[in-house]
Amino acid sequence: MLVPKRLVASPNLPPRMNTHLPRDLEEALSALEAEPQATILAGGTDLMVSVNYQGMRPSAVVGIRRVAELLEWDGRFIGAGVTYTRMEHGPIPALAQSARTVGSPQIRNAGTLGGNLGTASPAGDALPVLAALDAEIVLRSKSGERTLPWDAFITGPKRNALEPGEIILGARLPERIPPGQAFAKIGIRNAMVIAIASCCMFRDDDGRTSLALGSVGPTPIRPRRAEEMISAERTPSPAALDEFQRLVSAEVSPISDHRSTEAYRRHASGVLARRLLERVIN
Amino acid sequence: MIRLTVNGIEHTTDPVGPESLLTTLRDRLGLYGSKNACEQGECGSCSVFLDGELVCSCLVMAADADGSEVVTVEGIAGGDGLHRVQQAMIEGSGVQCGFCTPGIVVAAAHLFETGAPVTADDIREALAGNICRCTGYGAIVRALAALSGERP
Repeated sequence: MLVPKRLVASPNLPPRMNTHLPRDLEEALSALEAEPQATILAGGTDLMVSVNYQGMRPSAVVGIRRVAELLEWDGRFIGAGVTYTRMEHGPIPALAQSARTVGSPQIRNAGTLGGNLGTASPAGDALPVLAALDAEIVLRSKSGERTLPWDAFITGPKRNALEPGEIILGARLPERIPPGQAFAKIGIRNAMVIAIASCCMFRDDDGRTSLALGSVGPTPIRPRRAEEMISAERTPSPAALDEFQRLVSAEVSPISDHRSTEAYRRHASGVLARRLLERVIN
Repeated sequence: MIRLTVNGIEHTTDPVGPESLLTTLRDRLGLYGSKNACEQGECGSCSVFLDGELVCSCLVMAADADGSEVVTVEGIAGGDGLHRVQQAMIEGSGVQCGFCTPGIVVAAAHLFETGAPVTADDIREALAGNICRCTGYGAIVRALAALSGERP
């Protein structure tokens, strides 16, 4: 059983922790430049679990929840500091659905889109939405701004391309977001679960379909063959739906862990994708 | 050193490294109403308002709360009386062992704060992050539903 590690003043602790609480981006980047080893803290929903359970003791922290630029949501640009609660009430239905499946009201008030990207967990609930939309991730440092496609930013399970001194500014979505969209996730209850499998789908009026699955691979998975196959089907027959489901199941690469098995996740991926397709079509 | 306004009272306190706001509230400020259980945001026993937002105080780094306003269960009523959620929990016997009750009261106060009509489903969803190990959920939902005159 996991037991939290008590925090007591002891020789094991760094003598002190430098805390920076910048109010704007310039201040945040200056703090990171001055202390490149600093830990970036957003909503704390992942980081504080590491503090409480893994004995994480950062020597410096840059708390970014007050940084005004990160709180912006301007059309197709969503700032890294936007919380799940804001996404839940935002204008993109699939993103709202995914945000609503995150944790509890308490967690959704704290956790942010940038935190989901920074942690880059295979189970990050907003990530399949970004992946299905081919979102770009905008990064900023003292030396300038760079923009990476989502799959160049998320490089592996809990790994991303963020460099020291760099901060995630937010995600840029394409101008056109297809009207047909849905998100669903499988867990052992309706709330407070980490996904066993999740899926986000967008389908345009002409049938063009993109989808991404979470928790069934090291990073969100785009099943390209299934996308191509179903995009050509304006009104999919039952046989086409079967084939789509089969292709999705074949293209994911899940593992067995304490939450589920490889076989269940593979099966669930196909079922989830098919259900979302049926939902989007009808 | 950080400055916190807790339940309207200003405090200056010195958290150790990255300790949680929950630890600061309990061990440094002597406010034991917020309960310490899971320390990973699963159980909701430590729920507080941080600058008006309902959060788990175990997942807030105290250092990051510098300058913030915190309301804990001790201050939820805003005076000597009881908050109407507390009154409803007593009248509806929504308390068994009582450990989860402070977190439930804070989360429910958040749900009812706008005064909009609240259904039993709203209550269940609002309390999705508050675990009661006595499994007294039925009584809790019934007690709170009485506040909006709904029979769940």
